[in-house]
Parts: sequence; C-alpha cells; structure tokens
Amino acid sequence: MAVSASSVSSKRPLFGKRARAQLIAWLWIGPAVAFVAVFLLYPVVLTAIWSFQDATSTQFVGLENFRLIFTNPNMLLVLRNNLLWLVLGTVFTVALGLLIAVLVDRVRIESVAKAAIFIPMAISFVGAGVIWKFVYDYAATGEQIGLLNAVVTHFGAQPQAWLVNGTNNIALIIVYVWMWTGFCMVILSAALKGVPTDILEAARVDGASEVAIFFRIIVPVISPTIAVVATTMIINLLKIFDIVYVMTGGNFGTNVIGVEYYNQLFHIFDNGVASALAVVLMIAIVPIMIFNIRRFRAQEAQR
Amino acid sequence: MNMARNPADVTSVITDVDLSSKKPGPSEEVSLGRLSPRERLMRSINSGLLTFIVVVIALLWSVPTFGLFISSFRFPADVHSTGWWNGLVPPWHFTIENYQNVLQQQDMGTAFINSLIIAIPGTIIPVFVAAFAAYAFSWMKFPGRDWIFLTIVALLVVPIQMTLIPILSLFTSVGLTGSYWGIWLAHTAFGLPFAIYLLRSFFGALPGDLMESARIDGASHMRIFFNILLPLAIPSIASLVIFQFMWVWNDLLVALVLLGGSPERAPMTVAIANLVNSFGTNYEVLTAAAFISMALPLIIFFSLQRYFVRGILAGSVKG
Repeated sequence: MAVSASSVSSKRPLFGKRARAQLIAWLWIGPAVAFVAVFLLYPVVLTAIWSFQDATSTQFVGLENFRLIFTNPNMLLVLRNNLLWLVLGTVFTVALGLLIAVLVDRVRIESVAKAAIFIPMAISFVGAGVIWKFVYDYAATGEQIGLLNAVVTHFGAQPQAWLVNGTNNIALIIVYVWMWTGFCMVILSAALKGVPTDILEAARVDGASEVAIFFRIIVPVISPTIAVVATTMIINLLKIFDIVYVMTGGNFGTNVIGVEYYNQLFHIFDNGVASALAVVLMIAIVPIMIFNIRRFRAQEAQR
Repeated sequence: MNMARNPADVTSVITDVDLSSKKPGPSEEVSLGRLSPRERLMRSINSGLLTFIVVVIALLWSVPTFGLFISSFRFPADVHSTGWWNGLVPPWHFTIENYQNVLQQQDMGTAFINSLIIAIPGTIIPVFVAAFAAYAFSWMKFPGRDWIFLTIVALLVVPIQMTLIPILSLFTSVGLTGSYWGIWLAHTAFGLPFAIYLLRSFFGALPGDLMESARIDGASHMRIFFNILLPLAIPSIASLVIFQFMWVWNDLLVALVLLGGSPERAPMTVAIANLVNSFGTNYEVLTAAAFISMALPLIIFFSLQRYFVRGILAGSVKG
C-alpha cells in the first residue's frame, strides 16, 4: 500500500490540472455545502449574533447572557444534568449496541432479534412517551397501572414516583438508551459485516478465544465506526430535547439545555439567553470535532 | 489446536471463505461438518446459550412496546384503571375501536400519501447529495477539505428548533412555504451532516489500492463512484436509508412549521397530532396511531436487512 501511495504523490499534476481537480472536487461537494450553508450555517450565524444581545435582540449586552448561564443555580443544574446524560447515555448506548450487534451476528434469529431492538427507534416520540407512561406510572395507593410499580409493590415495597424522585434523571436516560441502542446496533452491525471472514476464521482455527477475537480483531477493525456512533450519540445527547419535554417537561430537576432553550424562546421570550444556550452547545462539541479530524488524518496516513 | 497446520484444513478454510462470500450466514455452521463430535457438541451448547441470551435481551427490549400494543386493543376505561398485563388474563375484553378512530378519520388516507410524498424524496435526495460529498471528502484532495468537513459535521449539534424561524422567513420571501419542495429541501439539509459523517467514515475505511488502481487505469470519478464505491458501500447506505426515512416519516416539528399553512399537504404525524387534540386527553388514540405509523419504517427495515450481509467487501477486494 505504501508503494502505491508514493507512486501517486510522485506524479503530481501540473498547476492547470490541479486547479481542474479542485474544481471537480467542488462540483462533488457543492450541493451539500450549499444546503448546509443556507439551512444550518445561516441560522447559526444569526444565533451567534443574538447571543450577545438582549431578550428582544435590539441591544448588545456583551457577555451578560453567558454570565447568567454559568452563575444562575438553575442553569448550573441544567448543565449538570446535560453532563449526566452525556456520560451515561453515550456509554450505555454504544456498549449495549456493540454487544448486541456482536451477539446477534452469531445466531440464526439475527433478523428478528435486531428488529426487536430496532423497533423503539421506529416509534414516534409521542408514542414512546405513552409507552413509558405505562412503565413509570405512579399511583400513591391502590392499583398500579405502571409496570415498574406493579413489580415493586408485588415484592412488598413502596411504589415510587419514578419521574419525580431523586433518580428521575436516570429513569429518563433509560428511555433514551431503550430508543437509541437500536441505532448503534444497526450501524455497528453494518460495520461488523465488513470484518474480513478469513481473518476471523484463521484466528478461530488457531484456537483464539471468542473474547480475544472480539478485543484483538473485531474492535480494532471497526473502531472507526465505534467512533462515529459515539460521536453521534454525544452530539445527540448534548441537544437532548424530546424525551425530557414529553415526559417531565424539564420539571422536578430534570431540565436540560435543549428544553431550557425551548422555554427561554417560547415561554420566557428571551432570545438572548436562548441563543447563548445554543452557542454553549456549539462550543461544547469543538473538542469532539478535533478528535474526529485527528482520527480521519490517521486513517488517511495509513492507506 | 495444531490442526491448522494440516494442509487439508488450510484448504477447508479457503473454501469456507469462498462459501461465506457467496452465501452469507453464520460461518460456524458451514464449518461444523468438519469438527470432532466433542467440539461439535461444545459449539452447539455455546450457540444454544448465545441464542438464549439474545432472546432474553430481545424480550426485555420488547416489553414496553408490547404493553403499548396490548393497550391499543383495550377499552379506554380499562386502560386508565388497570395495568395492561391484566388485559392478557381471560376473559379477554379487546376492541379495535382505537384503530377505527384513527383510520376512519376522513383525511387519514390523504395524510398517508402525503407522508410518502414527503419521505421518499426526503430520503433519496440527502442520501445522494451526501454520498457525492462523502466521496470527495474521502478520495479527493483540495484545500480546506478538512475544515469544510469539520464544519458540516459540527452542525449536527444545531437543534432543529433553532433553524426553523430563520428558514421560515427565508421561505416566505421566496414563496416556498407550504410546498413540498420546501420540506424536501429542509429535510435534506437536516439529514446531511449525519449522512456525510457516516458515509465518509465508511468510504474512508475502504481499501485505498482499489480506488487508486482504478484511477491509474484512467477511470473517471463518476465511474469509480457508481461502479466500485456504491456496490461496496451498500451496507452503510442501507443503514443510512433506514434512519433517514424513519426520521422524515416520524417528523412532526418540521412539517408543522413549514407546511402549517396547507393542511391538504399534512403528513400522518400532523393528522394524528390534530386527532389527539380533538379527542382531548384520551391518549388511547395514540396507542393505535403509534402502531399504524410504525408499520412502514419496519417494512423498510426488514426489506433492507438482506443488504446487511457479510462478504460484500471481502469478495470485491479479492476480485
């Protein structure tokens, strides 16, 4: 591979050819760049400007909105919750998705099992809200119509208000893991199908244990895909909105940036603070993007 | 296990690889015939245990949905007073009233067609635009490439709520509000960052010698893209199609904002949301609606399953 790479770089095209190659490259990425510029970048630039302005976006207030976000106790709780979501959500969806993808790869019922894990993704958020109401529902006395409390009271314990008590953030994160593990599984499964069969067979014939095959062969080969899935989960979790909005509305200490953004914009009508929250989200992903660029450069150096 | 040193086994490994690239499936089964009885027993115990674990996980995952499914066939009064598992105990007391309430809504058929009209181009356009871009990002060299790519992926973090007001005012000024074009373009843009990110990662992992030898043979980018890259990238494109279709199909927010002024183009999600509002707090309608709207994404998922096969990559690299 090294030979072919050097032979390509040795016959560098002339200046005219290089300009032509660049033009061709722009034709290929042009449509994507245009879409993203109009529909995403333009709103981002507007938001960045609004984040330094007051509630009605008429006067500049400097860093006032950001000072509020990082000093107000309610806002600090929002940031803390987001961090909790980020860590637990990413770890559980990626780890479970990988585990399930590897397991179902070896059984005859692969298609049915994958569908069972995938189904929660296909359900609309409102539907999912109703589903988990039937799990977390709480009645102080009498008949429990929530599954979890029915199980708990069956064993003689007190029913819990799962969406109100101290562990309510965890209860919400479980809903996310239930929904998004299928996403991780499908994408990791697509990558698993690309692991060369001959390497796996050779390792098995040589007597390597399945655990060793998993950590020494499968994980290194699909590590780019693991990074993609983890990055997507981190970004998704940073802007988590739907689950919290549908199930608790951000009450009982479960508020997150995505819901607070919505509240600031549509209930408090403070476009300045709302925009500053969105800017915080965008700054938070810079380290993740730097990691990705390094990864892509390393991938390219290898081939 | 020094059996591998034996020439006969080496050939068997080779045939095994050929077999699995022609006919995908768990490779253990193919090689089962050549193992000693004890090993065969161990393997079948192991695979039995594995199947058991997979079944337990799948059941655990399905319990909440199953509860919704049972509830969708129960009478509203029952749903509110007893747990859904009570519905499983005879005498059964089921009804299809909830489904009738959703399906008999007079514009539900139109809404279904509208959902298709929105979701099909809303999937095909972004997948193609993203595949072209991802090809250039992985296999062409041009100044600013990494920064442009980085910016596009970073825009994944933009909450859609944030973009809707600027886009709406933009659409109003060019007359795209309430049109299918407007919503196709919006869904394309919202889907692109993830689509480009996923495809670039898969494309970049493909063997470089394949592309380079094709270039040296004088193949154009178009030829390489359609004849070499797309066939190799089928599993990743299939997974992208599944998710993009599902996101567009289940979208309520974008449709509500961008098609708000034209109810004759409203998709199912909007029709169902209206239904729930008109029924007040009776969320039994939602139980049935959730299953009706889930059907098509599941059909797509099952029909694209067969593209998730082992050996696509291995076969082409050798050939």
